[in-house]
Amino acid sequence: MAKRALTVDDSKTMRDMVAFTLKGAGFDVLEAEDGVHALSVVKGQKVDVVITDINMPNMDGVTLVRELRAKAEFKSTPILILTTEGGDDKKASGKAAGATGWIVKPFAPDKLLSVVNKVCP
Amino acid sequence: MSIDGTSGSDFERFRITFFEECNEILADLEVHLTQLQEGALDNEGLNAVFRAAHSIKAGAGAFGFTDLVNFTHSFEALLDKMRDGEIDQTPQVADLLVRGGDVLAELVSAAQENRNAGPDFGADVLEQVNDLLGNAPKPTDAPASADAQHGEISSGMGNWTIQLTPNVDLFKNATEPLLLIRELRELGALKVNCDRSQLPPLRKLDPELAYFSWAFELESECSRENIEEVFEFVDDTCEIAIERAVSSENDAKSDEAPPQGAEVQPEASLPAKSVAAKEVAPAGKKAKAAAASSIRVELGRIDRLVNTVGELVITQAMLAQELADLTSDVERQPIAGQEQLANLTRELQECVMAIRMQPVKSVFARMPRLVRDLSGKLGKKINLRMSGEHTEVDKTIIEELADPLTHMIRNSIDHGLETPDERVAAGKAEEGTIDLSAAHVGGNIVISISDDGAGINRERVLAIAIDKGIVQPDAHLTDQEIDELIFAPGFSTAEEVTDISGRGVGMDVVRRNIVSLGGRIQIQSQPGHGTRLNMLIPLTLAVLDGMIVAVGNQRYILPITSIVESFRPSPSQMRRLDDWTQVVQIRGEFIRIVRLCDLFNVENATHDPTQGLVVLTEVAGGGKIGITVDELIGQQQIVIKSLNDNFDPVPGISGATILGNGKVALILDIEQLAGMKGTVPLPQERGDAKEVDAPVAIVAAE
Repeated sequence: MAKRALTVDDSKTMRDMVAFTLKGAGFDVLEAEDGVHALSVVKGQKVDVVITDINMPNMDGVTLVRELRAKAEFKSTPILILTTEGGDDKKASGKAAGATGWIVKPFAPDKLLSVVNKVCP
Repeated sequence: MSIDGTSGSDFERFRITFFEECNEILADLEVHLTQLQEGALDNEGLNAVFRAAHSIKAGAGAFGFTDLVNFTHSFEALLDKMRDGEIDQTPQVADLLVRGGDVLAELVSAAQENRNAGPDFGADVLEQVNDLLGNAPKPTDAPASADAQHGEISSGMGNWTIQLTPNVDLFKNATEPLLLIRELRELGALKVNCDRSQLPPLRKLDPELAYFSWAFELESECSRENIEEVFEFVDDTCEIAIERAVSSENDAKSDEAPPQGAEVQPEASLPAKSVAAKEVAPAGKKAKAAAASSIRVELGRIDRLVNTVGELVITQAMLAQELADLTSDVERQPIAGQEQLANLTRELQECVMAIRMQPVKSVFARMPRLVRDLSGKLGKKINLRMSGEHTEVDKTIIEELADPLTHMIRNSIDHGLETPDERVAAGKAEEGTIDLSAAHVGGNIVISISDDGAGINRERVLAIAIDKGIVQPDAHLTDQEIDELIFAPGFSTAEEVTDISGRGVGMDVVRRNIVSLGGRIQIQSQPGHGTRLNMLIPLTLAVLDGMIVAVGNQRYILPITSIVESFRPSPSQMRRLDDWTQVVQIRGEFIRIVRLCDLFNVENATHDPTQGLVVLTEVAGGGKIGITVDELIGQQQIVIKSLNDNFDPVPGISGATILGNGKVALILDIEQLAGMKGTVPLPQERGDAKEVDAPVAIVAAE
């Protein structure tokens, strides 16, 4: 069965590109516009990897990571955060919240796939 | 970074999404920055502004728009510091952000149109932002520098020993050591020794904690960085020791000196800059801002949907017509089904039309900024009041509204409103007021711009018009006709061409734009008290709810929303003002009668309103008229077919439609009818020949 990824970003451009890249690699892709939306999207769904932006309205990425980790079914799901090149403190806060790793923006499909493969082969 | 591995069309698709999104973001940004200038931007607003810059930056980076990335980077950093409370929202900062918003918008459109905004564009703003940030401009071609980190690539076979000791809470981030081991194995030949000594007895074991540690021996020609990369995500949750093993005899050679010219793996992805620009197709028409978030559908598809539904409505009407003509009970059985079909068709049509509707807010939102800029430039104090921003109108219409609206507001400020001194001298408040409103009236949206300025200087307008040969020197014009002159082609009231209103675009262009939308523009001016401009534009270019009326053999459509009531007047209700004008008295009001039969010269029509019907209708500009018809046929959804493409404009007619029986009916334009005078004298009739004895207030348009 195809693996399922969830991409969370308030930018449609980003979601489109992430989804396109993952679909190309054989993933089913769920999309959400922000943390709150993401939580409602994953309800009752099994997700193999989550990729989330940090800056989003309603619920930011770090909070989303924390919320997901608090759920039994997401305890061992790899969660990647999208950060900008300089965002060391963001990486740290993401990690502290329970993120597995990060993807550095700007977006590059091969980089994305290599990171996703790293945590969810 | 490039969107490698995506085909040109995918790339183009993302690019289109990106710019559509940018335009939404920019419209939103404008709203928030306006709030900021008014000192009312709260944390949520600030976050929204930050996210706007952030989203644009992320996309711009992906497409390699370096200028845009550089600028948004600093802009975002500034906002970040504001969020953290390190930089206060002073008026200077607010001003800088607003100017930054402008730079951002220009950079986006430069990128969209695949041109260069110029090397120094926005440099002053950027410099000030960086000053505030207290740092030198940071080079933001980070992707390139990130790629460059692997400078120290060595090659040749080597032996590495790696010690990996996770913290006990390794698993809380869903890290899977097995994956790390797999990845190491991909680098070369790997020997794994697992240290299980820390594993507690089963009853003390907490399955969520990590107890194992590993010692690896790796034989690989990889660099230290390659290995470190494997542990990229765990370097703070594990102790990692990577050492080059003491060389054994076998690999001593390779370890001494890496062979010259050894193959260095090229970086998998290209730096950002090399990409986007080349593949970029010329941008289409610049997407106008639209604030509402939405799914994006190509307009052409919706047009097709609208057309198809239009045809469905006509077909349904034909079916209804044919069924209505049936007589026997058996034959009439399908009628219940057809009624349901009618309901569904109607619902479907409403849904389809709603897809195209958007609030005018996206256009209105740009106006406060315009007013502020102009008031500063011209030294006038202006209070802009807006209402009805949520009024919805067809998207195509919204896009066409921005320019006329901008022009009219410019005119109001430049020509209409006086300077504070002049206002005080005229006994008015120092601050002038401009009201901008939108509302649905009948099947139209009415957008009004009114100011409490000096009104139109008719003497000057007339003098200019005569001077320019627009009217003859001996012409006798009413005040209204003089006011209308400002719409004449080539007319300009500006004494000198300023950079504010004298852009070679006159009110004639504004009017042409409005008319091309099937709309109309009215002007009302009162010297000393101000000017009001009303734009009447159909809500949509596609359908309306119509009442089919019969006049002689002809069928006409009245927009249902403008109909108040219909009645057969008694002879005592009829009054005659002169040989051309007839009014009907109802509930104390005198309403002017518009005789369709005479206006359109219809044969076999009932000429006497007391034998036919008067349909009382509201005029969008204000007032009512009574339209004479023979009878009402019925109510129906009308699919509007434009006549303008094939005919010159016909006064009093806004379009045509196809009826259920396949015949064409003309759609009446109430506002134009209200302004039309009778074309033939009223017949001398028995009952209504007596003149009105008392003065009457005539309620009519304009």
